Amino acid sequence: MNNILNQIGIENYIFLCVILFCIGVFGVLYRRNAIIVFMSIEIMLNAVNLLFVAFSTYHQDAQGQVFVFFSMAVAAAEVAVGLAILVSIFRNSGTIDVANLKNLKG
Amino acid sequence: MSILLILFCILSAITLLTAFLTVFSKNPIHSAIYLVICFFSVAGHYLLLNAQFLAIVHVIVYSGAIMILFLFTIMLMNLNKENEVHKPRITRLGAIVSFCLICFVLILIFINSKPIADGSYDVTGEDYQSIKVLGKVLLNEYMVPFEYASILLLVAMIGAVLLSKKEKLEK
Repeated sequence: MNNILNQIGIENYIFLCVILFCIGVFGVLYRRNAIIVFMSIEIMLNAVNLLFVAFSTYHQDAQGQVFVFFSMAVAAAEVAVGLAILVSIFRNSGTIDVANLKNLKG
Repeated sequence: MSILLILFCILSAITLLTAFLTVFSKNPIHSAIYLVICFFSVAGHYLLLNAQFLAIVHVIVYSGAIMILFLFTIMLMNLNKENEVHKPRITRLGAIVSFCLICFVLILIFINSKPIADGSYDVTGEDYQSIKVLGKVLLNEYMVPFEYASILLLVAMIGAVLLSKKEKLEK
């Protein structure tokens, strides 16, 4: 069995995932549109999932992939609730610009 | 250079480029389309790692369900115009600087850390990522978290319905 990590190397996967995660962080910091912020969060979750699968292949253990399933379930729930919150914010204030949401009171 | 390495490089280039375009494009619909391409290339990475079931689930959940949710929300809010005001220049500069710093620090950490793979990587040939094995692990060792995940999805569904319901007018 010719394994993939012999030819590519786990380091390349680590660098790819680090850069992908940083792009997600950058999107959260850079944009004002709340939907794009959500998309950046999805990119960050994907980077971590990819690293999970790479290390699961590295250790030849199925538990990493099982963990990715749970992470996907949490991501789906998070997106559903988050977009519902965004819709109700849009209905109340007419915008989803994160800079205009300063009037939240604790 | 083997063919797998070339495939990996092409897929990584597509992933990083579309992720950048997702962040940078002005129109939210274009962002969503680029995000779909990014998700498909990540599914390609999963296939490259021989995790077929995970690749299928990723395409169904992310490229299917989540992207439809995003597109419907964008259409509901009628946001497909490019009128977004940019953040002040100092904030954008700070975002770029922090992006470069995070990348720099994390990559340096991984370069300078103890090498995890010492070149030789032995393959036992044991089956560990077919659907059969995954199902056994999922329903034996991770039975309780599996049930909790179903409860979580149910609660999220109820919460989304309650949140997006129109409030009644107060008297």
